[in-house]
Amino acid sequence: MSTAHAEDLPLIRLRGLTKVYGQGQAAFQALKGVDLDIEAGDFVAIMGPSGSGKSTVMNTLGCLDTPTGGEYLFHGLHVERLGRDQRARLRRRYLGFVFQGFNLLARTSAQENVELPLLYRGEPAAARHRAARAALASVGLAGWEHHTPAELSGGQQQRVAIARAIVTQPEVLLADEPTGNLDTQRSHEIMELLWRLNEEQGITVLMVTHEPDMARYARRIVHFVDGCIDSDTRNPEPGPQARHAAPVQEAG
Amino acid sequence: MLLNTLLLALREIRRNLLRSFLTILGIVIGVSAVITMVTLGNGATRAVQQQIAALGTNLLMVMPGQRLGPGRSSAGAPTFKEADVEAIRQQIGGVNVVAPQLMSSVTLVANGRNWSSTINGTSNEYFISNNWTLVSGRQFEEAEERAGSAVCVIGETVRRELYGSASATEVLGQPLRIKNFSCEIIGVLLSKGQSGMGSDQDNMVVMPLRTVQRRISGSQRVDVLLVSLQEGSDSERVKASLTNLLRERRNLSDTDEDNFNILDTRQFADAMAGTTQVMTMLLGAVAGVSLLVGGIGIMNIMLVSVTERTREIGIRLAIGALEREVLLQFLIEAVALAALGGLIGVVLATLASLALSAIMQMPYVFDPGINVLSFAFSAAIGVVFGYFPARRAARLDPIEALRHE
Repeated sequence: MSTAHAEDLPLIRLRGLTKVYGQGQAAFQALKGVDLDIEAGDFVAIMGPSGSGKSTVMNTLGCLDTPTGGEYLFHGLHVERLGRDQRARLRRRYLGFVFQGFNLLARTSAQENVELPLLYRGEPAAARHRAARAALASVGLAGWEHHTPAELSGGQQQRVAIARAIVTQPEVLLADEPTGNLDTQRSHEIMELLWRLNEEQGITVLMVTHEPDMARYARRIVHFVDGCIDSDTRNPEPGPQARHAAPVQEAG
Repeated sequence: MLLNTLLLALREIRRNLLRSFLTILGIVIGVSAVITMVTLGNGATRAVQQQIAALGTNLLMVMPGQRLGPGRSSAGAPTFKEADVEAIRQQIGGVNVVAPQLMSSVTLVANGRNWSSTINGTSNEYFISNNWTLVSGRQFEEAEERAGSAVCVIGETVRRELYGSASATEVLGQPLRIKNFSCEIIGVLLSKGQSGMGSDQDNMVVMPLRTVQRRISGSQRVDVLLVSLQEGSDSERVKASLTNLLRERRNLSDTDEDNFNILDTRQFADAMAGTTQVMTMLLGAVAGVSLLVGGIGIMNIMLVSVTERTREIGIRLAIGALEREVLLQFLIEAVALAALGGLIGVVLATLASLALSAIMQMPYVFDPGINVLSFAFSAAIGVVFGYFPARRAARLDPIEALRHE
């Protein structure tokens, strides 16, 4: 681990990041040299039209994918040089994921779903149960532990997914269109929950969204177009009050 | 880690109970088929051995004729004489008892009923050589044997068919009509049941040799010499000296072939047991193929399962499962399924073997080897056929897997 400059470095640093899918004539350049620094404790919304590279950059930030070129430093660690299992260890140590489709294990209780990452961490059963119950309580699902995803509403399922993401007390929470499958009311509830996690627990939240209403909760909004950062603005009024505020002015 | 993975696998099996059951059905059938076949085969072998032991182990049966087998001819070969019995008894070492045998098929009459049976003219030694016990009455007296008295010991079947309700002691002293003479029942034999060849050993009347020679066959011949060997004596050596003695007594020159045959019941028993063992192995092998087919069934379902659960695998990988953890999970799932199938198979086979042994009237012989082997084999099948699907699951790209619908 090259953590020598860890103190001077932001939590996340992307430099000249490129990603090419396919080869030869069919090659498609999804990222065309992205430079991005993200400080710990920030709440970043990544926006952009389809094919702009926002999902690709999210997958790269989530250590699920490796870039074709450029550098990705996480805590000063060169993620682009890591192997599959090393990235998996990084994910289970530092990262939590929330997906658009909730991605809970079917026919598995909320409790067991939330315990899953702890199982891979090798936590003892008692600690797992305790942590999972606490995480479910913190997303407002105390008493729903033994319900399976099929018995929960979309909003509740997404809360279970968030509980699963935060049960390991990650430094970074990556949310890929977390409100994409929810109605407006549920969407705002989920966003308030993410905001609270960021505000109260200091978890860095990285969120991909195409809904400006949801992006307004973030402290910083990064706009992608055609594989490049098009705009990068700070939101002067982040958080739940944004719900009733006027649309944010997008630079660029 | 391993315990957790096992837990995950078991949870997964429980979550898909019906599919898990269908998956292991092949293994269950395979394992139970192998064990049942082998267990029944062992039982059959044991049954054959027991029946031949009942016939009298270490028994040499000497018969006139050139050779045994198809097309054998005893015509022309001189029969034995009563004096041969005495000669063997005196001149050959390692012999326990020697009994002559003269058989004749007759119709018995008693209580106004008819019954077809076999008369066996012999001596008291026959009871020893062929392991017969009397349930009631007595053996022949020496005077009766010498004089050829009209006395007889009857088998259980004869008692049942002709005297019906009269017990083994009640029939003693009763008359039994054979052809044109009547003889007195002096004993009843303990039942032996069917022989290894399926004939009823209890359908028989034993009489002194001379009685049969004079009153039924009307000749001095003896059909078979039964030579029972002493425990631990070398049957090959006894056979050799017996051959020499009989050649001498039957005036055969060095160039003549033997005109008699010596059948060793132990060799016969070994041959019979060997045949059933070969059958057992064959049946076991056929059943083994079904076990293999069961394994392919597991691989099939596991592959389907991997495709079906692609998204789940994606979630696990994203959450931070290592490649080998996913591999292990699916592998353990396959092995646990196969082992569970093996276990159910063992239980099922035990029940089936017990039931079938009872129906087929064979002894139930528990063979721990085949049970352990089949179970281990089923688990091994889980490893072999589970590895490929498991590796496929572990190598999935998490992003692709998460996108999978």
